[in-house]
Amino acid sequence: MNITFLFLAVIAAIVAWWLAQQRLTAKPWLDAGLVGDTGASPLPAAKIGLGVFLAVVGCLFTLLISAYSMRMEMGEWRPAPVPKLLWLNTGMLILSSGALQWAQVAARRGRMDRVRAGLLAGGVFALAFLAGQLVAWRQLDAAGYYLTANPAAAFFYLITGVHGLHILGGQVALGRTMDKAWQGVAVGKVRLSVELCATYWHFVLFVWLVLFALLLLTDPIVADNGWFL
Amino acid sequence: MVDIGAAEGIPPAEVEDVELYHAKSWVTKYVFCQDAKVIAIQYSITAISIGLVALVLSWLIRLQLAFPGTFSIVTPSNYYQFVTMHGMIMVIYLLTALFLGGFGNYLIPLMVGARDMVFPYVNMLSYWVYLLAVVVLVASFFAPGGPTGAGWTLYPPQAILEGTPGRQWGIILMLVSLILFIIGFTMGGLNYVVTVLQGRTRGMTMMRLPLTVWGIFTATILALLAFPALFVASVMMLFDRVLGTSFFMPAIVAAGEHLKYGGGSPILFQHLFWFFGHPEVYIVALPAFGIVSDLISVHSRKNIFGYRMMVWALVAIAVLSFIVWGHHMYISGMNPPFGFFFATSTLIIAVPTAIKVYNWVLTLWRGDIHLTVPMLFALGFIVTFVNGGITGLFLGNVIVDVPLSATMFVVAHFHMVMGIAPILVVFGGIYHWYPKITGRMLNERLGQIHFWITFLGAYLIYFPMHYLGFIGVPRRYYELGETAFVPASAATLNVAITAAALIVGAAQTVFFFNVIWSLYKGKLAGGNPWRAASLEWQTPETPPGHGNWGKELPVVYRWAYDYSVPGAGQDFLPQNQPPAIPAR
Amino acid sequence: MAIAFALILVLVVVGSVLFHVLSPWWMTPIASNWSYIDGTITLTFWITGIGYIAIILFMAYCVFRFRHQEGRRAAYQPENTKLEWALGIGTTVAVLALLGPGLVVWYQYIEVPKEATEVEVVGQQWNWSFRLPGKNGLLGTSDPRYVSSDNPLGLNPNDPNGQDNVVIDGGELHLALGKPVKVLLRSIDVVHDFYVPEFRAKMDLMPGLVTYFWFTPTRTGTFEVLCAAFCGVGHDAMRGSVVVDNESDYQTWLRKQHTFAELSARAKKASLTR
Repeated sequence: MNITFLFLAVIAAIVAWWLAQQRLTAKPWLDAGLVGDTGASPLPAAKIGLGVFLAVVGCLFTLLISAYSMRMEMGEWRPAPVPKLLWLNTGMLILSSGALQWAQVAARRGRMDRVRAGLLAGGVFALAFLAGQLVAWRQLDAAGYYLTANPAAAFFYLITGVHGLHILGGQVALGRTMDKAWQGVAVGKVRLSVELCATYWHFVLFVWLVLFALLLLTDPIVADNGWFL
Repeated sequence: MVDIGAAEGIPPAEVEDVELYHAKSWVTKYVFCQDAKVIAIQYSITAISIGLVALVLSWLIRLQLAFPGTFSIVTPSNYYQFVTMHGMIMVIYLLTALFLGGFGNYLIPLMVGARDMVFPYVNMLSYWVYLLAVVVLVASFFAPGGPTGAGWTLYPPQAILEGTPGRQWGIILMLVSLILFIIGFTMGGLNYVVTVLQGRTRGMTMMRLPLTVWGIFTATILALLAFPALFVASVMMLFDRVLGTSFFMPAIVAAGEHLKYGGGSPILFQHLFWFFGHPEVYIVALPAFGIVSDLISVHSRKNIFGYRMMVWALVAIAVLSFIVWGHHMYISGMNPPFGFFFATSTLIIAVPTAIKVYNWVLTLWRGDIHLTVPMLFALGFIVTFVNGGITGLFLGNVIVDVPLSATMFVVAHFHMVMGIAPILVVFGGIYHWYPKITGRMLNERLGQIHFWITFLGAYLIYFPMHYLGFIGVPRRYYELGETAFVPASAATLNVAITAAALIVGAAQTVFFFNVIWSLYKGKLAGGNPWRAASLEWQTPETPPGHGNWGKELPVVYRWAYDYSVPGAGQDFLPQNQPPAIPAR
Repeated sequence: MAIAFALILVLVVVGSVLFHVLSPWWMTPIASNWSYIDGTITLTFWITGIGYIAIILFMAYCVFRFRHQEGRRAAYQPENTKLEWALGIGTTVAVLALLGPGLVVWYQYIEVPKEATEVEVVGQQWNWSFRLPGKNGLLGTSDPRYVSSDNPLGLNPNDPNGQDNVVIDGGELHLALGKPVKVLLRSIDVVHDFYVPEFRAKMDLMPGLVTYFWFTPTRTGTFEVLCAAFCGVGHDAMRGSVVVDNESDYQTWLRKQHTFAELSARAKKASLTR
């Protein structure tokens, strides 16, 4: 649960930072009258909404990692070897995230052609990542680390599966943004959507890097602690 | 009287008016509606309907406990299924959905001065996914083998093994329903949080918000961070049950047969479950705290005492609620020294909670107390909440928990503190806001009858039940039978409790009759029948129309609690009333 | 209305206190060393009970004294920080007064005395089995994988320490009066909980783990064992008994019991004759 606590501490820090700006020590009964600043953020609501959503998703992954590490410490832990293919997949996801960053910059500069190219590239690389993950699953399965082989294998499928679903969900949002971009609306109209997609993709990449690091770190065969009394 | 504040004050920050979705047909106006007020009603009706199922289940449970073996429909399997479904429905599908989806949707936009939630489409989806979750839950009653009988905590390995009723389909549908509920809730929760953050109207600072909004806001943040734990646990258990993984399943010999499971950890599930489960208590309690604060203030014609402390206490409780979950696992074989930590954190959380109680009763001090029906329910809440809170100090203190855990004492405790207490607030809230929602008052005489039977009846059910726990009567027992340590007179006590439970349950028909009758025949309420200061009572129309505020959003000049202000003519000043004297 | 309400609140308080004092329902007489637990409960009752009575009576008084009457206007007092802090600190002190003794007793609860003898309790749907160590005081290893009809507790047949262990499958557990025992708990299927109300102590049997608690029986007699963790449809029928004997009765009983080695030999013989 240490990782969960760390995550919650980060959230708590953000909340504390936000609360600190809300003048919680003010005595509201004293200052009747107009107030210029209500403490709302200048960012659009959609960005705040995405931020909150990503915090929820972050919590989900943190708990999965916590469960993974708690189970790991309980012995009889036979982790599957990390397929080499994951390195290539990681590259794909980095490219995908980079392409969307590029699209975001282009959107700010008003270059619709580059926005389209960036979105398309981002989507294609993300699909490549997903396809790669599926291949990695098949390789593991063939090597005898099938889903029910042992808890370590099950965790591998579960965590990568949830992450894959998360990307798939992002693809829906990306698809809608692409739809808008191809309909020939002004760049200003898609800018927010592109920015949201880029943020989402960077988050997805960040989560993957953490998960990948976790899988790599726990890869060496942990000494069998023995299960018997 | 010159309105100088508006003329010479600091120019208010412009709050962008939002483009509203406008319903084009009957279906988009009442069914797939994006108006938070309609969604609130949909949430409330669904939650209360499924809650009634749970109420009937509780009758069956009580009948079995008072008259073991008399009613043939309550077989051991059915009994455990009823217990499980009763708990699950009440905690999640009724209370959580009603406070956040019901009260949250109705009150947040009105109280912060917004036209609607910030993401109305997602908000609408939230309700429909919730409804789907309820439908899946109900479907489990009709599935082969019936609903799961694993207890609302769904502890593995038992929950997915043969010895537990509903093992075939019930548990699968239960887990799927929970997963759906969490997805639906997250959609709604994003709305509640972001609307409070970004949807506040001009002049509405956080410290001018009514405590109801603070309560729902903090509870939603808790829920958004806690539900993922239940989500993870449900998905993993679903894998174990359907795909044969062993996340929570060690090597098991069940009924002489070696199962294929191995290497999993049941205690891991308990950690995940309670990491959600304890914040869940506060997800229900914090909105109740907020609502009760407002009811007491309005009906005492006095500002809530110690508003700032109330806000700080809410935040403190929310933070602490994430580090107390282990107190549900004192005797689970969890590393014993953890007991020191969790007992300490649990008892510390009593301090901000107690401060809230003090401030409620201190609000009464030198007030002008109108014992209206909402006020009766609010005061009834204080009695049951303090009672249940105190027994929490027994169970939170690790060594006292050892003899009392898993007995009827626990059942009595959590029903008092997170069953009866929040339900009284729900009723209080409905009596209070019904005039705004419908434009008519609920009948007061019927309301009083409803209150007295519910409050006194519930107290009679749960207060004596603690003593069954002291004797040592375990919970979740279909039949205790004759045992040396339980005096025969305890059976009489059980009969009395059941009688009270039947009466309290039946008395709710008074409430439903009142709600329906008043809809047509109730006294016309006018816009602000309680002469309340907060923004939801200042809408141009009652019931508020689509978009809430007519042409222009309200501007807020003061906090929500300007009651009996010295020098003011009337005993309340609405939040959107500009100061009569120049603001200094 | 206000007067009636205040009166009923007072009645609720008085009624609750009278119920507590007069009702016959209270903890069953203790039969172990854990009277400190009962003491902590009594202490908690006093501290929280006083708080409860004070708050409800104060509320009743307010409702009566400040009820709405013609011409009344509420006082205006947004807060009183001093009072709030004083109440907060007072509550903290009261809470610490509960917590302190509680944690001390918890420390005793989890620290097993060295002289305690080990006893194993094994739970499975829906009955209790027991195992006592042999002459050397050691329990042999076990694993659910070894469970069979001849070896219901899953003892490791290759562990020499397990051979002389006394196995009680489905019978009563006997304990010697005044001797501390460390109860090791193990389940081969689902979560159970070993609960004897008279001993006050209890602990879950968590499959995959071995949990423990300890106590010293202080009264002879037969006590009922219940399961206190929901374990399936037969949960309420999962009963057993613990008999606390004086030393000589205990030794007489112990001599009649069979060891693991004897039971497996007998099983082998039975299968051969068949």
